[in-house]
Formats: sequence, C-alpha cells, structure tokens
Amino acid sequence: MTDDYIKKRYEPILPQKDEWPVVRLSKSRKEFVRNVAEASKRRILELTGGNMAVLKEELETTLYREKLRIKQNPWAVDPDDDYEFWNTVKSSLLQLSADTSITKTEKKKRYITILDDITMRYAEEIASNFKHTHYKFTRSIITTGFARLLNAARVKGFKRLFSNQYSLQDKIQIIGETEQLRDLASRGTIIMVPTHFSNLDSILIGWIISVLGLPPFIYGAGLNLFNIDIFAYFMNSLGAYKVDRRKKNLPYLETLKTYSSEAIQFGVHSLFFPGGTRSRSGKIESKLKLGLLSTAVEAQRANYQKGINDISGKVFIVPVTINYHFVLEAPSLIKEYLSMTGQERYYAESDEFSTSYKISKFLFKFFTKGSDISVSVGRAMDVLGHYVDKDGESLDKNGRIIKTRDYFIADGEINVDPQREEEYTNRLGNRIVQEFHLINRVFSSHLVAFTAFQMIKKVNRKLDLFNLLRLPEEDIVIPYEDFKNECQRVLDQIFELKANNKIHVAPHLKKGIDEIIAHGLDNVGMYHAKRPLVKDSQGNIITEDMSLLYFYHNRLDGYDLEKLF
Amino acid sequence: MTSKNSSKNKSIGVVGMGSFGTAIANMLAEKNPVVAYARRAELVDEINQEHSVDGSPVSENILATQDPEMLCKSCEILFFMVPSSAFQEVVRAFSPYLYPYHIIIHGTKGLCLNLPKGKTLADMEVIKREHILTMSEVILKETVVVRVGCLAGPNLAKELAKGQPAATVVASKFNEVIHHGQNLLRSDKFQVYGNSDIIGVELSGVLKNIIAIAAGALAGLGLGENAKGLLISRGMVELIYLGNALGGSLKSFVGLAGIGDLVTTCNSTLSRNYTVGFRLAQGESLETIQNTMQEVAEGINTVRLMKTFVEGTGMRAPITENLYKVLFEDLLIEDALQYLMKYPFSVDVDFL
Repeated sequence: MTDDYIKKRYEPILPQKDEWPVVRLSKSRKEFVRNVAEASKRRILELTGGNMAVLKEELETTLYREKLRIKQNPWAVDPDDDYEFWNTVKSSLLQLSADTSITKTEKKKRYITILDDITMRYAEEIASNFKHTHYKFTRSIITTGFARLLNAARVKGFKRLFSNQYSLQDKIQIIGETEQLRDLASRGTIIMVPTHFSNLDSILIGWIISVLGLPPFIYGAGLNLFNIDIFAYFMNSLGAYKVDRRKKNLPYLETLKTYSSEAIQFGVHSLFFPGGTRSRSGKIESKLKLGLLSTAVEAQRANYQKGINDISGKVFIVPVTINYHFVLEAPSLIKEYLSMTGQERYYAESDEFSTSYKISKFLFKFFTKGSDISVSVGRAMDVLGHYVDKDGESLDKNGRIIKTRDYFIADGEINVDPQREEEYTNRLGNRIVQEFHLINRVFSSHLVAFTAFQMIKKVNRKLDLFNLLRLPEEDIVIPYEDFKNECQRVLDQIFELKANNKIHVAPHLKKGIDEIIAHGLDNVGMYHAKRPLVKDSQGNIITEDMSLLYFYHNRLDGYDLEKLF
Repeated sequence: MTSKNSSKNKSIGVVGMGSFGTAIANMLAEKNPVVAYARRAELVDEINQEHSVDGSPVSENILATQDPEMLCKSCEILFFMVPSSAFQEVVRAFSPYLYPYHIIIHGTKGLCLNLPKGKTLADMEVIKREHILTMSEVILKETVVVRVGCLAGPNLAKELAKGQPAATVVASKFNEVIHHGQNLLRSDKFQVYGNSDIIGVELSGVLKNIIAIAAGALAGLGLGENAKGLLISRGMVELIYLGNALGGSLKSFVGLAGIGDLVTTCNSTLSRNYTVGFRLAQGESLETIQNTMQEVAEGINTVRLMKTFVEGTGMRAPITENLYKVLFEDLLIEDALQYLMKYPFSVDVDFL
C-alpha cells in the first residue's frame, strides 16, 4: 500500500443503476423480507431444537423484554402500533397456554405462527428503504454542498462561492488498495469493515464508496440515528438497514443475522462496523463484535453449498481505517469508557450528535477549518483472512493459490457446522484487527498526544489510570525541549514500524520535528472547548483535559510504543 | 468395532514413526489403513517388507513412505508425531502439499522458538509469549490448515504398544476435530476425552516434563515418597502459574493431560524425562545422558526456554529455575534441593 493519496474521480463500475445489487434488492424488497422472515423462523426452530416448551419460553421472554422496552425506553422512531402488536402477542400466548382443548401438534403450529408474526415484523423493521432518487440527491448534496462550504472557507475573494479549486478529496484523502476493491466489487461481494470513531463515519464511508465508483453498500445503522430526521434521510438513502440495540431477544438477533446473510448471498455489498459501536476509548478496535461478521462466513458457505464456486459467489473482506485529528464526540466517548465498569450496559444515547443543529454546526466547522481526514483501504481477504489476488483467488503465505471452499469440507463435501464457523469468525476477527493496525495511518496529532501522555505517565509512574486522569491539569507542564526529544524517539520508532510494513504515516510526518509538533498541536482535538494539548506562554506543553489527551493518545495503542518510556 | 464411522476406510496419515508415533499408527491401523511417513529409507523398507519398526512388529495395515506429497494426497487427516526439535522443519516440508481440507492432530509435547530473524535464544534479553510457539501454533503459522488438534495425556508409548488400557485427550477448538480423533482412536482399551482448550492441553504436556525431570532426580538421590508428593504438588502449582501466563486455562491443567500425565511421568521409569533426572542424580553429565538416549527428552529444551520466559515476566518458578542451574550451570542437585526446601512458599494452594 502506498502512502500517496488518490485524487481522482473513478468511473462507476456499474453505470446502469438497474445493475446495482442494492437496486435489485429494493425492487424485490417484499419478497426478500418474506424470505428473511421465513429463514429466521427456521433458524430459531432449529436453535430451539423443535422443542415446544423451549420455543414457548423464548417467545415469552421476548414478549416480556419488548414490553419492558416500550415502557422504559421508547424512541420517536418506534412504530405507533408497537404497543398493540405486543399486546396481541401477549393475548395469543395467554390463550394458547390456557387452552387444553387442542392437540399438541396444533399447539406447536400456533406457537410457530406467533413466531412467524414476530420475525416478519422484525424483518420488515430491519429492511432498508433504499431509493435510488434519494441516493442520487443525497450524494449530490454531500459532494457539491460540501465542496461549496470548503471553497467558501479556503478561497478568498468574491468568487469563492463559485470556486471549484478545492474538492472534498482535498479534505478527505483516500489511500490504499482502491483499484483492487473496485475490481473485486464488480465480480464478487464485498464486505467493508471500517474502524469506527465517530457518527460521521457512516456518511463519510458512503461518500467514499460513491467516489470510488462503487454501487451503494448496505449497512446496519443504529436505530437511534433514525430518531433524527436528517440522519434518517441520509441513512435510508445510503442503503442503511436498522439495528436496534435495545432488542437483545433471540428472534430479533436471529432475524438481523439472517437479513445480513441473505443480503450477502443476494450479492449486495455490505458495510459492517465490526467494533459494534464507536470506539469509546479512542483505541483501534481490538475486540470485534462477531455477530454480524459471522454472517459473512455463513453466507460464503451457503454460496458454496449452492454450488457457486467461482468469484461471483465469493465474499471479500476489506478492512478500512478512518484517521482523524479530531473526533467530535471524544469528550463523551471517553467519559463513557471510563465510567464503564467492564460490563456492557445500557447507556443514554445522548451525545453531540443528538440534534440536527449540532450536526450542522459540526459539519460547518469541519469544512471551514482545516482538519484533514484520511481513509486507508486495506487489501481484500477471504472469510478466513487470507489475502486474495487480482482474480479474487485466496493465497497462502507463500503465494500459492488455495480454495476457500476447502475450509468448509468434511469427508469430501460441504457441510454445515456452526461451531466451526464460529471459530472461523473468531479467526477472521483477529485478522481484521491485525489489518487495522497495519493500514492505520499516523497523524501528527496522534504522535504528540501519545508522547505527551506517556511522558506524564512516566513522571507519575505510581498512579493508576484513573488517578492519573484526575491529576490537576495546572500541575502538568512538559518542557518543550524534552517533549521534542521524546517525540523524535517515538517518531523514529514509528518509521521503523513503517519500514517493516506495520503501519502507515501521513505525508506531513516527513517534515522537520518542530513543524510536525506544531502541526500536531494545532490539530489534536482542535475544536474541543478544552484542548488536549496546547503550548503555554513560555512555549511549554500543557494539557487542558487529561481524559481527552488519553483518548487521542490511545490511537497509537497496540504498537508496543509505550515500551520506549 | 462396528460403530458407524464416517472416516471408515479412509487412509489416515501418521508423520513420524518414533515410539509414540508407532504406537498411535498401530492403534489407528485397527480401524483404518494408515500411511506413515518416516525419514529413514531403511525404516520405510522395514515397515513395508517386514511389517516391523526396529524389530517390533506393527500392523500390516500400515504403508510407509518417504514422500510427503503422496501422504498428503491420500489422507485428509494427519497425525504429526515428530519431536519438537524437528517439528517446524517437517511441517515446512509438508506445507506445500497441505490444503485447507486437511485436518492435523499432533502428539508432540514440546515448544518451539519463534524469534526475530537472525536471533538465537542467547541474543534475547527477554522471551515473551509471542516468541514461543506451541506445536499447534507452528502448524497454523506454517500451513494453511486451520482445523488443528493435539493429543496429550498419560500415554507412555511402551505401555500403549503392549495394549494396556489408557486414555488420552484430543484437544481442538473445533468439535469436528475432536470427533474425528475420538472416532479414529477410541477402542475397548483406549478412552478418548475431548477438550476445547488446545493451548492449555498442549502446555500441560509440555510443562509437566520439567517436573518429571525433577521427580527422576529425587528418585535418583534415593529420596522417598514424601519428597515425591511434595514435588508433584508444588510442581503442579508451578505448572499452573506458568501455564496461565502462557494462555492455558486452569481446567485443562487439572485434567487428564495435566495432573494425569504429571502423576504418570513422575512415577515412571519408562519416561524419558524421568530417566534424565534419575541419571543426573546418579552423577552422569547431561551430555553423556543425551548422547546415549535413543529419543529426545523434551523436558531439557523446555526448561531452558521456560527459564528465559520466567525471567522476562518477573514471575518466580523455583523448580524450573533450579533445574536450569542443575542442567546447565553445574549446580549440585543436593544444593538445588536445599534451596527449594528453604524457599518461602507461603500458601499451599492459591490458584483455585
């Protein structure tokens, strides 16, 4: 992968929108939803082992949780008939368990009917509402609208409103294996797995996909985002399906997975944020949510089962990292991270992206001030994590072509082994994390934040993390010369990693160290009310917010750089 | 055996015909044809013509070859039974002929070093977990095979060869690998347990060798059963600490491959590692012992590796450390024993 960024607009790989898988999917939406509901029902029956008592219990648990959700955590986006629907389920369940007049087979049949209603409702709720006209409109807003803002800010004089001197691609740099991605996308099915730091990522990736000339990808977006009208519009038009994190019941989770798996088998490119949610610590995701990822493995096997052994049935995993100087939500993310006691729990979904006003304000800031973003596209892999060549063939470490299909074979034929696929998914997850670290691109801001935090940590060696973060900010002063020396040491190590192809660096890191530090200080968390790092009047380095400094420092976690201190 | 067996009549590969490899090949040959890989041409001929290995008869169902490609082509399931010192090399020789549909189960109780290019153990200040590979990790690193398992447990080759009752553990992250191992090996005299913690099971088999050497030394000094009881239980604690630090789970260490194997090897004159300790205590030097043994005692290498690892982590492992001094730094066994008797173990059991 080169460090040079790509500045050109690609021709669409499929010029006719009717050829787009996502358009084909939306055309047969009704039938597809029906299929998903059917398949989910079958999966759940399989999971409950055809045992009526178990099924009954699952249904009752689902009902209980859903009623609780409606009562305790209702959202604007919830359908109006939510309460009614679950009330109907409740009375059917009650009636059925009290009814002694019908036979067991009949009873089972009716439980299955209830299950059918539920999966159908979920499938309908999850399914995306892609509309091509909306997509076109959104895309043009993003590209031209943002380009206007950008030029308005950077080009001086009267003409600025009409200038095309800067395009979005000056602001958002794309590097990496874009040609391979385009090529494989026209022949197989792509699953893009980006790192996730900000809610902006969804829109950003949508834009990148369009710049690269790829047809739209579908992706699971948190239902909470659909609470906000402007986001709902964007999401829908970009092909998002809905993921409701409040619903943790078996039928919902199975329907969600089935939806994803069936869509991949349909040939629709997908986007998973494999970290599940935004990285709260600012670290590159190291533990991935494997639920959706498992659908990639499953869909690949299903394609082989159907006898599709050529590239048209092959699933390609493409890791992507998004690198920021500044994450708008950093203050609340790191706060949540620090208050989380290790268990996952429900948190109030209130953050900087809670209103359209705040988003617009952010977008305006983003485009009018200079905070660059870069997106690194990694090499495509098969579902076992092997790199693939230009024809989509999997390669082993020595470059020998191997067949992914063979991994699903036992005794000479493809078989279904959920436990095996679970292990493959773990493996794929680990490979993606490895690739993330590999294609990650270091910015000056990461460097200064990392170095400053490690220096403070070294001085206060005896404090644990929480006490360290509670240090009074006014007590922390790093003399500039020391800081410069340490930055240089970290930078040298980063370049050594780069020489071993273990990381990438932004071009601005090739300047002199003073310039790099100045650039880093200017950019690190630049729009926060309290800046993670600034120079004081004597030219020494101080922090205004330790937690934020920790957040930006975390970006370079996982490279053993802390060993330098 | 009349049980339904999906791998019935398929050839099974056995790589390495040492004593354990031969014992396993014989057991496999009761149900399936076996293709065995041996490096020495004479041995291949002996197996194919005389149906024997170094004079002891083996099943006629075993066909020997020197050709990795032929073995990989005719077998989907392979048992790797080569000593750890040659393991990587053999795996590399097989690697070009292995495909994703292959399943590999190994029975090697040793570790392998994975150092940066051009470095040796002596160059390294500290050894970290990433520098140590278990045999399954070697397979994963060198080949495209992902469905990997291991065999471990109290399986003294000489007893197996006599057909005495025994049990083993097949460990793998993949249930299908465990099932295959069970189907292929289980018999009236051989029980096969499954375990999903492959790293823990491998480590059990590896680390117990350290304690086995120490147990042999105690016996060689003419000490009694009290001392052995002390050693085995303290050895168990040490094994668990080291094993956890390397990523194995406690459950596996207290299972058949851990305690089961430890007790067996610490009591058996048939064990190579025990023999090393015994002869050391009798006053022989390590060099003469190694030169006169037919097969490798894995424990010696393990002690060297683990001692360096322990230093890097800041942990203490008194038995391993002292054994290292005895083996490589000419510390007298009596002095090592004195040291251990004075070592301030404060709590009996603090890991459960």
